[in-house]
Amino acid sequence: MSQTTEHPAHLQHHFSDVHQQAESAKLGMWIFLLTEVLLFGGLFCFYAIYRSWNPEMFHNAHAFLNVWMGATNTVVLIVSSLTMALAIRSMQLGKRKLTMWFLAGTVFLACVFMVIKYFEYSHKIHLGQLPGKWYFFEGIAGTNPHIFFSAYFLMTGLHGFHVLGGIAVITWLFIKTARGSFSPEYYTPIEMTGLYWHLVDLIWIFLFPLFYLIG
Amino acid sequence: MKDDAAQRHILPLNLYLAVGSALLVLTVITVAVAQMDFGPMNLLIAMGIAVVKATLVAMFFMHLKYDNRIYMLVFVGSLLFLAVFIIFTMFDTLRRGDIYEEIAEPYLKEAVIYRTAETTTASSHPAADSSQTAIKTETETETSEQ
Repeated sequence: MSQTTEHPAHLQHHFSDVHQQAESAKLGMWIFLLTEVLLFGGLFCFYAIYRSWNPEMFHNAHAFLNVWMGATNTVVLIVSSLTMALAIRSMQLGKRKLTMWFLAGTVFLACVFMVIKYFEYSHKIHLGQLPGKWYFFEGIAGTNPHIFFSAYFLMTGLHGFHVLGGIAVITWLFIKTARGSFSPEYYTPIEMTGLYWHLVDLIWIFLFPLFYLIG
Repeated sequence: MKDDAAQRHILPLNLYLAVGSALLVLTVITVAVAQMDFGPMNLLIAMGIAVVKATLVAMFFMHLKYDNRIYMLVFVGSLLFLAVFIIFTMFDTLRRGDIYEEIAEPYLKEAVIYRTAETTTASSHPAADSSQTAIKTETETETSEQ
């Protein structure tokens, strides 16, 4: 009789139960991730076209990327993905303090990633490798080397904006967790942000060899 | 409630640590392998390792292995569309050379092509100076490279 009014605060009234609500959120999130794959897909296609047209130029230009900075960033992002996964696991087990530590660790690693990216970008901008009318670097043999840097700045730049977005959302999750908004029964926002964060990691897993490790 | 708990898939800590370690080891391998030259296999090896890493992230960190299969369908669907997008574009762009010369000519007349002097090599780091060495190259030499 009063069944419909007695439900947990986190359960929206248009869902029949918590499980259905969580599954719906997850389906929505995966469809969002699908659009993200296609958003980056356009740039991967751009990369494939110009690399197939100018293989030697890409090889010559990639020597100006710092493999060690790129590899360090790969490690940083993979570890941040691990801490994000562990943050979700901790909340599943009801360990709120531990969740906060893992979320803070994820934000810290994301910031480390952006700081390394800042050093890489500022060095390239200083050399005059920013594409378009700002490109005036002359040390690369081959036709139109600025195209390599167009791809580099567009793809790592879009990825970087995603990392910044992740930092903002995970910081928000940290505050919500500190306020006790999540429990082992309800942690959907952490789980959805986790999916997003893993996709950001996943895209970097492809960007790293495509730009830093051209054979 | 027991059904709810079963749906939550609390994976063991060691599994997460093992997957994380595997990802780090594969990162080391992909950097190490890139220092060697396998000719045209270089790209395939690098992409192969990346696909293995991506699969690990998707299956375990993103729980696709344990969740409802519909999420897998959505994700794999996006990858299939991406494959169609890139492969069909490559059919065009890789075979375009034959007609390119004719069609591109009016545009190449307007284009400014940046080229470096033949003597500079990629290994030297000349001081960046803003004096433009943009040379309008002959249409014929440009088009043959496309």
